[in-house]
Amino acid sequence: MSGYLIRRLLGAAVVMFAVATLVFFMLRFLPGDPIQTMLFEMGDADAVERLRSKYGLDQPIYVQYWKWLTRIVVGDFGNSIYGSRISVSQIVLEALPRTMSLAALSFFVALIIAIPAGLISSLYKHTKLDHAVTVIAFLGLSMPDFWFAIVLIIIFAGNLHWLPAIGYAPLADGFWDWFRHLILPAIAIGTPFAAIIARMIRSSMLEVLQMEYMRVARSKGLLTFRLILVHAFPNALIPVVTVIGIALGILLTGTVVVENVFAIKGLGRVLIQSILNRDYPVVQGSIFVISAIFIFANLLVDILYTVIDPRIRYD
Amino acid sequence: MTAVTESNEIATSSGPRKRALWIRHLMRDKRAFVGVVILTIFVVSAILAPLIAPHDPNAMAFSMMEAPSWVHPLGTDDLGRDLLSRLIYGTQVSLFIGISTVALAMVIGVTLGILAGYYGGFLDTIIMRYIDLQWAFPNFIVAVYLVAILGQGLWNVIAAVSLAFIDDFARVARGMVLTIKQEQYIDAARTVGVSNWRIMWRHILPNATAPLIVQGTVSISFAILAEAALSFLGLGVGVDTPTWGLILADGRTFISRAWWIGVFPGLFIMLTVLSINFVGDALRDYLDVRESKDDV
Repeated sequence: MSGYLIRRLLGAAVVMFAVATLVFFMLRFLPGDPIQTMLFEMGDADAVERLRSKYGLDQPIYVQYWKWLTRIVVGDFGNSIYGSRISVSQIVLEALPRTMSLAALSFFVALIIAIPAGLISSLYKHTKLDHAVTVIAFLGLSMPDFWFAIVLIIIFAGNLHWLPAIGYAPLADGFWDWFRHLILPAIAIGTPFAAIIARMIRSSMLEVLQMEYMRVARSKGLLTFRLILVHAFPNALIPVVTVIGIALGILLTGTVVVENVFAIKGLGRVLIQSILNRDYPVVQGSIFVISAIFIFANLLVDILYTVIDPRIRYD
Repeated sequence: MTAVTESNEIATSSGPRKRALWIRHLMRDKRAFVGVVILTIFVVSAILAPLIAPHDPNAMAFSMMEAPSWVHPLGTDDLGRDLLSRLIYGTQVSLFIGISTVALAMVIGVTLGILAGYYGGFLDTIIMRYIDLQWAFPNFIVAVYLVAILGQGLWNVIAAVSLAFIDDFARVARGMVLTIKQEQYIDAARTVGVSNWRIMWRHILPNATAPLIVQGTVSISFAILAEAALSFLGLGVGVDTPTWGLILADGRTFISRAWWIGVFPGLFIMLTVLSINFVGDALRDYLDVRESKDDV
């Protein structure tokens, strides 16, 4: 197990190194000169030269590359070149809790939808109920999340005035306020995620229900709630965990897009705004951090998988 | 009934019969049938856009934010343009991007996958290292990163989205090659001196089409969603071309006063993607291909 852990951690580190390298060289491919952008294309040659040396852009590329690598190890991504010019790490640190709490709530919402839906359609397979759940799952997968977000705003913020249309409140200011702001985006992000998990739970449950031990239990007349929840469902969950790793991608994609609909200044909004503003240090920093979160979330899921199913041994 | 049996008997094992079979399979699957009908409507209206769009999509000729009526079946937008006409023209762009990106991703990805799988060794290592790196990220995120590098615009979006999807095709193709390579007919071809090139493209590729077709279908729906999201975020093809995502983004500020601007573009996207998913699912069943990561 520890050998496996070390190997996976090393693998993740290699991927992070590759991402750092790509992100660095990405800046060199960009059309336009970041220094000119910084000066709103109005800088004279002297000012450009001064800034160039201030940011170390006059040094050979391998020196810059080495500096970039050594800096990001300590979390230094430089300063924003747009507006306030605060440090990128500060921007990212402010955005991080917003994205994390949104992702966590979306995940929770997805499970609340997916588990009953998956269980119902497996227990009533090939009935009208099952078909209805399947079609709804297809709809959930086919909906653009940003559009669903807008529809939710129209209904729950615009017409019913139940919930705020935009913004974010930190969890520290009280659970209810936090929840009120995040529940609509969480539903928008969680729905496609729920669709995938519900279908996975369905097929996994159908497999488990056919197992010998389930048939024995049933032949004893034990097809009860308890049997399903205590014996079948936990076993059906094992393959579902692998899909959760895949579905993390949906969660991340959804967060990036939906944050922009609800004007939540999380990592997704920071990423998109910085691309639109050509604020390259922030683009680099947010790409790096988003990638890091994703890679380590996947790593966690894989490790969780070995904990849940003791039959699995990686060695 | 007799006609069906007869045609079955006449057409043996060759192309036409095979085609007839999978079409019949699609038609029998209720969801796939609905999907095919909706897709046909979309494709035809994209091609015939100038003929069937009731108004000029860019003419700001009407009163602003008019509710749906007989003259404007889906209402008008915040600049007084007819929403239905804009969405019909948007169909052209969105379908074009969806299909062309997947075609490109397929060509590049399949080529990489077949080369890697067939030659193995160093070439395989190099190609798969890259593919694995890209595989570590969701396609949409890769597309956003690429647009950040390339900039906005139609061709840049096509390049970004297609590059973002090549890993899926490369993996599927490589997996198929590794299996097919073991077959006896490949050995046979090699012994009689068929060139590597010919073995790859004439003997291996045709036998790897089933999973690639399924992957392609699913990818088109994700490519359409990706393009819509990019346009919506302002990273799309640009402001002069109406795409579904852009129309939605434009109308977003006005949804509190004119719900139709917010609702209809999304319905168009959803109907298209849903239809493709229905067809893809039926094809998966028919061609008996197992699920893979692509649902991301």
